[in-house]
Amino acid sequence: MTRIHDPHAIDGKIAAPDETHDIIVVGAGPAGLAAALEAARAGRQVLLIDEHPVPAALAGSDVPLWFGGRASAALQAPERLIETLVESEPLIAEAFEAGIDVRLGTTAWGLWRNRDGSAALPDAMLGLSDGQRSWTAGFGELVLATGARDCALAFAGWDQPGVMGALAFQTLAQRYDAFAGTRVVILGSGDLAVETALLARERGIAVAAVIEVRDTVQGGAALPDDLPVLAAHRLIRAEGGINGVERVIVAPDGGAEQVIACDTVILAIDTVPAIELAEVAGAAVVTEPCRGGAVIPGGAGEVLPHVWLAGAATGLTGARALAEAQGRAVMAAALGLGSDPVTVADGFDRMAYRADWLRALVATSPDTTLVCQCEEVSRADLIGVQPPGYLSRPERMCARSLGTLLEDGPPDAEQVKRLTRAGMGLCQGRRCREQISLLLAMAANLPPKAAPRGNWRVPVRPLPLAVMADWDQAEKMDEGWDVWFGINTQWIPYRDIGTEAEQRHMAELGGNMHL
Amino acid sequence: MSGHYDVIVIGAGVTGLSSAWWLARDGKSVLVLDKGVVGAEASSRNGGGASHYQSPLFAEEQRLWPMMDDLLGYPTEHQRERVIISVTQHEFEHYNYIADMCTAMGWQADKIDGDTARAMVPIAGDNCLGGIHLRFGGHANPQRTVQAYAWALQDLGGRIIQHCPVTAIETAGGQVTAVQTPRGRFSCGALVVAAGPQISGLLAPIGIDVPLMAGRAEMIVTEPAPLMRLGGVDGNGLYGRQTMRGNLAFGGGPHEWIETQAEGPRARPTTPLSRSLARRVAEMFPKAAHLNVIRSWAGIVENTPDGRPIIDRIDNLVIATMSGVGFGLSPATGHAVRDLVVDGTCSFTDIAKLSLARFAGLAPDWRENAGWLPLVSA
Repeated sequence: MTRIHDPHAIDGKIAAPDETHDIIVVGAGPAGLAAALEAARAGRQVLLIDEHPVPAALAGSDVPLWFGGRASAALQAPERLIETLVESEPLIAEAFEAGIDVRLGTTAWGLWRNRDGSAALPDAMLGLSDGQRSWTAGFGELVLATGARDCALAFAGWDQPGVMGALAFQTLAQRYDAFAGTRVVILGSGDLAVETALLARERGIAVAAVIEVRDTVQGGAALPDDLPVLAAHRLIRAEGGINGVERVIVAPDGGAEQVIACDTVILAIDTVPAIELAEVAGAAVVTEPCRGGAVIPGGAGEVLPHVWLAGAATGLTGARALAEAQGRAVMAAALGLGSDPVTVADGFDRMAYRADWLRALVATSPDTTLVCQCEEVSRADLIGVQPPGYLSRPERMCARSLGTLLEDGPPDAEQVKRLTRAGMGLCQGRRCREQISLLLAMAANLPPKAAPRGNWRVPVRPLPLAVMADWDQAEKMDEGWDVWFGINTQWIPYRDIGTEAEQRHMAELGGNMHL
Repeated sequence: MSGHYDVIVIGAGVTGLSSAWWLARDGKSVLVLDKGVVGAEASSRNGGGASHYQSPLFAEEQRLWPMMDDLLGYPTEHQRERVIISVTQHEFEHYNYIADMCTAMGWQADKIDGDTARAMVPIAGDNCLGGIHLRFGGHANPQRTVQAYAWALQDLGGRIIQHCPVTAIETAGGQVTAVQTPRGRFSCGALVVAAGPQISGLLAPIGIDVPLMAGRAEMIVTEPAPLMRLGGVDGNGLYGRQTMRGNLAFGGGPHEWIETQAEGPRARPTTPLSRSLARRVAEMFPKAAHLNVIRSWAGIVENTPDGRPIIDRIDNLVIATMSGVGFGLSPATGHAVRDLVVDGTCSFTDIAKLSLARFAGLAPDWRENAGWLPLVSA
């Protein structure tokens, strides 16, 4: 029997990918580069993309990392940045020499595949962009080595230039040579914080203090003796002027406040695995405190058919060699050449550490402190589930809170997001989702492991309409295009149903009525 | 858990919650049961439009919307009026036909030229041919509104139990007597089924066939643009609005027919259709084409064979599906459902043509005949 076609349905309208590659690797960090080189050595055709260097405007919005307004003017010269980036990473040159199609400044902003709820695609495909245009790319195997992103926690004065994340600092100082600060205070004392301090010193940047909220230093790595480490200290606030941070105020537990001059505060408490692409493609997400919170089950390896995850995106931390080894192992597995890659977790409860920090920062900051900078949502309004400031707050609204929502069921991060707008801004919740998650868990008396979380949506990077637009779209997309479902009886005025006018409306309007 | 309620409502979407709120206003004890969270499905995933002039409920919707913030006690972000702009001659003529149709119905719609449109919609471009200005209708914030209904219902003593799917409906002597859930059995004097795509599966076991087919529709939203005089602007084959925050949220284009799961959709994926949506938004608003798209999403909605609602009463059971056009009409839908439950008939308008009986002679393979079938994955 011939299947009857609904001309308004999506059937057959999504075009095949604009380009197709044997292997695509997203992310030219240690894991991604090692994976790409492994595939090239096996004689496979490889596209390796990396979003760095990112456009200055995006960096200014703290995407993809929390740059905190400390990028220098070097960001305005992308060609020079690419040279710096290549110089900073010898494996990139090696990748070029190995015949890998290396594209820097190219972002993977979407990943679609047929799954529950959709079978409309001719093939799985990535959405790519070079900042000028976007296109789609299909693959035989896809390795996501998307790394990690910064974990932001709010404190008094965090919403000013000069407060940034450790990964953004590493990117600016090491990969871009574009860090604009001279004297930094580092929050956290784990391996990430130690790496950050050592990098700062190597670059001639003064480390004014390393602040640790717990009683002892957390990292396994040896700290230089002359590094000013303040354990069992609380950050009271950051103060500054027109150019942002000028000093931080800290205090030992129960002790007197102390002023430390600095132009930058680097949060090196934790990083967050960058799972965006895997999640939007339908991978399950679980919370595993030792792997950095929300992660894809299983860790390194095949997380969806022909989609593989490697490196920091799996929650891997530690030495660069580990990431390279994992990248190679994942690619070997993807090519059917090797055994399953090993996922490494050292047993450190990262979410408990974040939660300790967050509790301390909450204790020292007023509840008017913004949690979501983009949408200007304070901690009080988040926990009060209050609407944004441009809406009125009648009496009954003021009486509502997370507490009253909890009477209906467990906290739902998406619901709170929609009501408060926290996390709905231009940075796509990069600066707030981890702390919102923990704050909701704390308010609901849930352990960090059970913290509710908001999900990622395509595009996983902000993308201008004109760039995202499919300007070369196939004609069939416009055929049968309608505002809603194209049901030609749906929009007939009620009084005209069953009359001669109904036929006329159907002929004139079809199903393409306007809502 | 157990208990008896005057009315049980299945479905904490906008239709179920508005119905429950209207019934609670009437002094009825009301329980709303939902498989998930308040407004988690299409009720909070739509374009927020409130201009559905084709509906017999529209006049009541128009009367109620301006009062809803006060009646509910919570903000809905309702804004009046709409502008629909065109960038092709075909769209221009199409929208003008709609204006004539609306005017004939007594709803004033002004035809505007390109310059007038550009004055009203500063982000429109030289390609704008003009359009129509609806002096009626409007839009509101779906997420905020659906939660407002829920809270207002609770303020009146109504009860909502989330994560509580109904697994069976009990009947005796042609009357619904109770519903079963994993969390207990609840008895009722009347039942309202407003469970969207799940309505068919809920009612089939008691011998009531409700012909529905679920479809998936997509939207995109940008970062905020400067606020326009009227946020209710769309056109170029899109529906949507500028939110009060300034974001441009738009949808349209092809839908995907999908299987309905009793437990609700397992996922609501988007597709590269978002690129075609971005293109149409950029064409409609060339001066906003630099704005970043920051999210896309999909919603699952049910459709009846003729795309028109079913609002009907069978004994002490009321069925309410708006066939994918429920948000804007919700203030009036709840009123109609309240009337059917309490009085047996709608007090403010004729809804006889929205009866379930109109599908009595429907061929069993109506979905196949319309081409409303899920795709088979490649």
